[in-house]
Amino acid sequence: MTRKQKRLTLIGSALGVLALAVGVILFALRDNVVFFYGPGELAEKHVGPGTRLRIGGLVKTGTLVHLEGKSVKFEVTDGKGDVSVTYTGLLPDLFKEGQGVVAEGALDTAGVFKADSILAKHDERYMPREVADALKKQGVWQEGGPAAQGTTPTAATTAAGASK
Amino acid sequence: MIVETGHFALALALALALMQIILPFWGARAHDGRLMATARPLALTQFALVALAYAALTYAHVVSDFSLVNVVENSHSTKPMIYKISGVWGNHEGSMMLWALILTLCGAAMAAFSRAIPPRLLADSISVQGCLSAAFLLFILLTSEPFARIATPPIEGNDLNPILQDPGLAIHPPLLYLGYVGFSIVFSLAAGALIGGRIDAAFARFIRPWTLVAWVFLTLGIAMGSYWAYYTLGWGGFWFWDPVENASLLPWLAGTALLHSASVMEKREALKIWTIFLAILAFSLSLLGTFLVRSGVLTSVHSFASDPTRGMFILGILVLFIGGALFLFMLRAPTLTGGGLFAPISREGFLVVNNLLLTAACAAVFIGTLYPLALEAWNGSKITVGAPFFNLTFGPLFAPILILAPLGQLLAWKRADLLGAAQRLFLVAALGLVAMLGFYALQGGPVVSVVCAGVAIYLMTAAFAEIWGRVFPQGVRRSANALARLAGLPLSAWGAALAHAGLGVTLLGLAATGWGVEKITRIQPNELYQVGPYALQATSVDSAEGPNYREAIVHMTIARDGKTVATFDPSKRFFRTRQMATSQAGIVTLNLGQIYVAVAEQNPDGSFDARMYWKPLVSLIWLGALAMALGGTLSLADRRLRVGVARRAKLPANLQAAE
Repeated sequence: MTRKQKRLTLIGSALGVLALAVGVILFALRDNVVFFYGPGELAEKHVGPGTRLRIGGLVKTGTLVHLEGKSVKFEVTDGKGDVSVTYTGLLPDLFKEGQGVVAEGALDTAGVFKADSILAKHDERYMPREVADALKKQGVWQEGGPAAQGTTPTAATTAAGASK
Repeated sequence: MIVETGHFALALALALALMQIILPFWGARAHDGRLMATARPLALTQFALVALAYAALTYAHVVSDFSLVNVVENSHSTKPMIYKISGVWGNHEGSMMLWALILTLCGAAMAAFSRAIPPRLLADSISVQGCLSAAFLLFILLTSEPFARIATPPIEGNDLNPILQDPGLAIHPPLLYLGYVGFSIVFSLAAGALIGGRIDAAFARFIRPWTLVAWVFLTLGIAMGSYWAYYTLGWGGFWFWDPVENASLLPWLAGTALLHSASVMEKREALKIWTIFLAILAFSLSLLGTFLVRSGVLTSVHSFASDPTRGMFILGILVLFIGGALFLFMLRAPTLTGGGLFAPISREGFLVVNNLLLTAACAAVFIGTLYPLALEAWNGSKITVGAPFFNLTFGPLFAPILILAPLGQLLAWKRADLLGAAQRLFLVAALGLVAMLGFYALQGGPVVSVVCAGVAIYLMTAAFAEIWGRVFPQGVRRSANALARLAGLPLSAWGAALAHAGLGVTLLGLAATGWGVEKITRIQPNELYQVGPYALQATSVDSAEGPNYREAIVHMTIARDGKTVATFDPSKRFFRTRQMATSQAGIVTLNLGQIYVAVAEQNPDGSFDARMYWKPLVSLIWLGALAMALGGTLSLADRRLRVGVARRAKLPANLQAAE
C-alpha cells in the first residue's frame, strides 16, 4: 500500500467509528432521556400515561399511607399542584413527610404516578436540586426553609441533593 | 499558632509557584542552566510548604479546634480518630487542600525523578506545573479558605456527614486524586514539549511511567468508589452512571487510550500528534471532573455546600488550561512530522482502532453527562440521562475492544498476518464459545450475561495465550530455551497480560449480575428465607452504642442445605448530631459471590423490611480492577519504563522480534 492509501484507511476507519458513535448516541438520546417536572408543571403539560419521567417536590404532610405489602402511597406537592404517587419497595433512609423527594416512573391512566424508584438524599440538610429549583419557581421556596432544618451556618444556602 | 503557620505556608507556596512559572521558563529561553536548575528546589520546597499547611489543617481536625469554621462544620469531638483525619478531605476546602497537596507532590516527583528528561523540556514542563499549582493555590486562598476562624467558637461541631464516616470513603478520595492529578505531570510534559517543539519517541518514554502511575491510582480510586457505593447505599448497585462517576470514568478512558498510543509512539515513533492530544485530553477531563464535582452544577454528595464564585473560578481555570494547551497544540501540531509507517493490519493499526473506540466511548459518556447541563442552560428543561443511554452507547462502542484486544496483541508491529494471528487465537475463541454454552446450560438467564461471560473467559485466556505465544514461538522447537524465554519476558508483558485478564475478570463479574437474585420482603424473626442457593434467617435483634451513633443490629445466619455457613449483622445507624440514619449492609462473601442484606427500621410487630440479594461472582468486578492495577504496577516495575532510566535496556534479539 502506498502512503496515501494507508492514510486514507486510517481516516476512513476513524470516520467509521465516529459515524458509529454519533449514530448510537443519537439513537440512544431519542429514547432514553427522562424529563423532570414539578407536580404543577405536570398538570399543565398533559403528559400521557406510560411516558417515563421524573417528578419532584415535597412529600405532602399527612398523605403517607402504607398499603398492604411494601406498597406506599403519598402525595407530592410543589404548592401549585399535587400528584399522587404509589411505590412498592423499601423507601430510602431519609424519606419523610415534609421532605423533598424525587420519583421516577410513569403516570397510569388514572393520573396516579407509579414510581419504580424513589431517589434518596444523602443528607438531611440537602434537598434534590431539581426539587429546590422547582419550588423556587413556584415561589414556595424560602431560604432557610424546608431544606434548612440542619443546624449549620451553610444550610440556608445549600440546595444540593443527591441522585444516588 | 499552628493554624496560622499553615495558612502562611500556603501563601508562601503560592509565591514559590509563581517563581516556578517564571524562572525555569526564562532559563530555558536564555539557555541559562542555573535558572533552569531552580525548578527542582522550587518544586520540592513548594510541596514541603503545602504539606505543612495540610498537616496544620489535619492537626486542627485531630484536636477538634472548634475555632476553625472548617472544623466546626465538619467535625465533632466524639468522631473516631480515623474520620477526624479523613474528615479533612470530606469537605470542600479540605478536599481542595488534598488536591493541591497531590498537585505539588506531582511537581516534586517530576522534579526529583527526571534525570533522563532533557533540561529544557523539564524546565518548561515544571513551569507549566507551576501554573497549575499557582491556579489551584490561588483558588484555595481566594475562594475556599480552609483556615478561616470563627469569632465565637462553639463547644461542639456539626459532625461529618455520616455517609462519609466509612473506611472506604476514607481512602477513596486520595486514590482518586492521585489518579486525577497524576495526569497533570503528563499534561505538563506535553505542554512543555509543545513549547519546546521537539517531540520524538523519547517523549513517549518520559510520559509512560507517569501515565501508568496515574492510571493505576485512578483504576483503584474508581473501584474503591464503586465498592463504597455498593455497600453503603443499600441498593446493591455498584455503578449508577451518575455524573460524578462518569467524571472519573472519562479521564480513565482517555488515560487508557494514552497508555496504548504512547506504546506505539515509543516503539514506532508513529501517532505523535495523537499521543500529545491524548496527554492533554486526559488531564483536561480530570479538570472537567473537578469542575463538575466541585462547582455544584451537579447534584451529589460530592458537591458539599457550593457557592457560585467557586464554580466560576474553577471554570476559569478549566478554560485557561484546556484552552491554552489546545491553542499550543494547534500551533505546533502541523510542524510535527509523521513517524514510522504501518499497514492497517498491524499492531499499530489495531492500537489505533483501540484508541478510536476508547475515545468514542469516552465521547458517548461525555455527551450523556453534559447534555442535561447544556440543555438546562439552553432552554431550562430538566432531563435525566440515565443508565439505559449509557448501556446503549457505551456497550456497543466498548464491546469491539474486548473482541479485538487479544487479536491485536498477537499481531506484529508494522505489518502483520491477520490470518495467522486468528489461527493462533482459534483455540481460545473456541474455549470462549464453549464457556458460553456451558454458562447457558448451567445458569440459563439473560443472553447478555451468557455472551459477556463467554467473552470474559476468552479475554482472560487470550491474555495469557499471548505470553504462551512468546515463550513457545511458532516455528521454533518447543523445548529449546523456553525457560530462558520465560525468564527473559519483560515485566511489561506480564503487566499487559494481567491488566487484560483483569478486564476479563471484571467483565465476568458484570455478566454474573444477570444471574443474581433479589428479594425485597418483610422478614419475621426466626423464619427462613430462600435467596438463591442460601437460606437466610434473622435470629435476634440487638442494639449498640457507637462513639457518635446508636445502632440497631439484626443478627442473621446463612445456611446452605441445612448447614450454617456464616453469620452476619446488617444494621442501621442513627447519628445523633445530624439526626440521620445510614444502612450498614450485611455482606458475606461466599465463593466469590456475595449475600447482601440491607434492613430498614424495625416495624412495631417486630418484623423488618429488608432487601436481600444473592450476587454470584460479584466480587470479581473489583478483583478485576485490582488485577488491572496490579498489571499496571508490574509494567511500571519494568526496567525499560522505570523513571530515571535514560536508555532503554538492551533486550536479547530474539525477544525483540517477538514483540
